[in-house]
Formats: sequence, structure tokens, C-alpha cells
Amino acid sequence: MLPNIPELVIFLVLAVIAVAAALGMLASSNAIYSALFLVVNFGVVATFYLLLGAPFIAMAQVTVYAGAIMVLFLFVIMLLGAEKMKQTSHNLLWQKPLSIVLIVLLLSISFYVVLGQGVSVGSDLMQNASGYGSPSAIGTLLFQKYLFPFEATSILLLAAMVGAVVLTGVRRQRRRIRKSRRL
Amino acid sequence: MIGIAIEALIKSALIAFVLLTAFAYLTFAERKIAALMQVRKGPNRVGPWGLLQPAADGIKLIFKEEVMPAGADKVLFFLAPILTMIPAIVIVAVIPVGPDVELFGRTIRLGISDLNVGLLYILAIASVAVYGIVLAGWSSANKYALLGGLRASAQMISYEIALGLSIIGPIMLAGTLSLQGIVQAQQSSTWYVIWQPLGAMIFLIAGLAELNRAPFDMPEAEQELTAGYFTEYSGMKFSLFFMGEYIKMVAVSAIATTLFFGGYLGPFVDKLPWLGILYFAIKTGAFLFLMIWIRLTLPRLRYDQLMAFGWKVLLPLALFNVVITAVVIVFVG
Repeated sequence: MLPNIPELVIFLVLAVIAVAAALGMLASSNAIYSALFLVVNFGVVATFYLLLGAPFIAMAQVTVYAGAIMVLFLFVIMLLGAEKMKQTSHNLLWQKPLSIVLIVLLLSISFYVVLGQGVSVGSDLMQNASGYGSPSAIGTLLFQKYLFPFEATSILLLAAMVGAVVLTGVRRQRRRIRKSRRL
Repeated sequence: MIGIAIEALIKSALIAFVLLTAFAYLTFAERKIAALMQVRKGPNRVGPWGLLQPAADGIKLIFKEEVMPAGADKVLFFLAPILTMIPAIVIVAVIPVGPDVELFGRTIRLGISDLNVGLLYILAIASVAVYGIVLAGWSSANKYALLGGLRASAQMISYEIALGLSIIGPIMLAGTLSLQGIVQAQQSSTWYVIWQPLGAMIFLIAGLAELNRAPFDMPEAEQELTAGYFTEYSGMKFSLFFMGEYIKMVAVSAIATTLFFGGYLGPFVDKLPWLGILYFAIKTGAFLFLMIWIRLTLPRLRYDQLMAFGWKVLLPLALFNVVITAVVIVFVG
């Protein structure tokens, strides 16, 4: 079963852009450009979700990752003025050979999986995708089948938020104490 | 297939044309209304009643010199105004401006597209709209511009949450994410501002903050930051930022009209579908007038007050509104 031609062309073009953006993110020495390449990558991945018939996840990907999280990244990079990276990390030299070994391992495993299973991967995905990506379907799944993991995650996030507030609050109090001592 | 493509192309071109004209005459309207409220005359030299003023301004801006500050990041400095402009225009694609009409034997939807996730699309576009402003501030290599960009990003992230929560009310009442669906649901009940007065208020306030309009125009506070993120811009690049801001004003007004004020609905629309466009334009225009009025009336907030208001007042209120709406829908039906 062959996928239809326009979809294949769109997929190939987007795939090239996605890989190019990912490589650009790794290669650029300016942290702002790295962040922007990552935004492009997220946008392309969102389009992949649309092609797979999952509009909700596509929009959530853009809103949460490309929108909120990457804007915060940019905010921090700009606030700290940390655009330019310094090449002084001598103790990370051992990572280079290790990374090459890991890349070869990852590629060989993924090739084995794709070629071993045959080319049926794409068509399986398309059959699954029909109807399961709609907002109501996801909402039903989240609030019925996966209610406990969903609530547990939300409590975890709340705890993290409270933790962040408490940590900054403690620091502020200490500063206040130090100031009063100085006086 | 080709018919659909041509139809979409014509509608896109028309909407872009309408938006750009609206931008030109919104600047004129703002100056005229400001003049009326401050008992001045306003622009009245170019053409009858000054009506050609926007054209004169445009020609002037095209012939201005483009200055690139030394030390600026050239690529991003060039991209930033474009990135501010594009989201403002594409966000309008999902807004229905009228019911379906018959033309040349085809049924034509007034509005470029009716997505089943239309409101999520609006939120997604709104969340990436901040990039242009942030990058403009950073790439200018100017302290004022950088501060303006950072303020804008902090402000837009904060108010986006309240904005997102405020549109959950209409979604729950209509049971759909499609804007056409929400308008049709309001046909069978009433305008959602009746059921969701708090939601509509929060949407308008958060919308003003997203636009960086007065009284939330902190990122471009003249007294503190000269002009904020577009301090270093000149010529057409400068006017692209203005275009972005005014087209976003139109977009926010159109979305508020669609979600809370019945969109294109009005008397006799079911018999004369073209009348829907007129109602839609009148309602959107009323919101635009309100925005100009607010700008001329209210002073600018202080920055810490603005953030405190967003997080400590608007967000809890929006959450409260969602909970109350859900409870009422479950128990009353």
C-alpha cells in the first residue's frame, strides 16, 4: 500500500526542514539562533501531527512548546546575556567519542526496526490516526481511562510550582535578614 | 479541487486587503477620535476632511531612510517586523464574517476556513506572536529596546493564560472549538456575553494586554524606554510594527465579537445573508472605538502593578469563571 503522492512530497519537504533545523540548532554558536532553530523544528513537528490527523496535539505542540516554553528560554537567554558560548569545557572531551558510538547505535537500531518490520509502519499509523486525534477523543481518554495518571501529574506539577515559590521566598527572606544585620 | 483553491485564494487576498485598509484608516480614526475628545481638529489638510492622511503617511514612510544600527544582528533585525506582522494577519483566517452565501452557483463560506480546532489555532498563533517583538528588542543592540522586548514577553506570557481561560466559557457553552459552531450556538441561545459577563471582561482586558495597548503599553512606555522594542527601527520596518499592532487590534475585536457578541448574527440575517458582514463590521468597529477610547482615558499602569494584576487578580478570576460555568452547566443543563 503506497501513501498518496502529494502527502509524500509534503512529508519529505518537511522532513528535510526538520532535520536541517535540528542540525542548525546544534551547530550555531549563538544561543538565540539555537533556540529559534528549535522553534522551527517544533513547528514542523506540529505539521507532522496535522498530517497524521491529530489536530489537537498539533495545536498543543505549537502553543506549549513553540509558544510558551521557547519564549521562556529566549527570555532567560536574553536576561542573562548568555548568547555566546565559551569553548572552555576540557572535561567534556570524552563525550565526543561516546556520542559517535551512541549515534551509530541509535541509527542501526532504528534501521533494524524499520527494515525488519517492513514498510507497513506508515499505513498502520494512518489507520490508528483516524478519529483518535480530535479534542473530544483526547478529553474522554484523559478524564476516564487515564484519570489517575492525569491527576497525579497535575499534583506533581503543583508541587513543583509550590517548591519554586518557596525556594525564591526563602532566598528573599535571607537577603532581608542580611540587610537588617548590615544596618 | 481547483475551484476550492481559487476560492481560498480570492478570499485570502480580499481579507488581507480589508485588513490593510482597516489598518490605514484605524490610524486615521484614532487621531480623529483623539482630536475630538481633546477638543482639537485632528488631521484635516490632506484631502476632504483629511481622509487621504493615511496615504500621505504611507508615502512618507516609504521614502524614509532605513537605518541599521551598528552592532545589530542583521538577519533577525530584518526578520522581526515580518514575524510581528504575519501572526496578526493569519489569525483572522478562522473567523467567520458571515453565514454561507450563494454566489455564481456555489455555496461560499464567508471566512477563509472553519477549523474544527479553530480556537486552539487562535491560541497557538497568539502564543507565537510574541517572537517578533522579543527578537526586535534583542537584535537592535540597544538597552531600551532589549528592556522593551523583555517586558513584552513577560507581559504576553502572563496575560495569555487568563486569555486562554476566558475563552473556555464559550467553548463549554457551545460544546465546540469551531468558531462557526460557536456563532451558530449563539443563534439558538443568546449572545454569550449574557451568560459570560465575567469571561467577556477578562477576555477584553487580557486582549488589551496581549496587544500592548494602553493602559498596558509598558513595552513601549515612552518616558522610560523611548519607544521600547522598536526604538531603532525606521521607515517601512517601523510601520510594519504599527501595522502588526493595529491589525492585531482588529483581530482581537473580531474574536471578541465572535465569541461573546454573536458574531455576524443580527435581525434578518437568515433572509439576507450578506447583511451578516455589515453586523460583523459594526460590532468589530464598536470594539475598536472602545479600545481607542480606553487609550485616551486611562493612564499607564506601573510594571509591577501590571504583573501583580495579571497573576493575582485576572488569573484567579478566570479560573473561578471556568469552575462556575462548569458547575452551572452540569447542574442546570
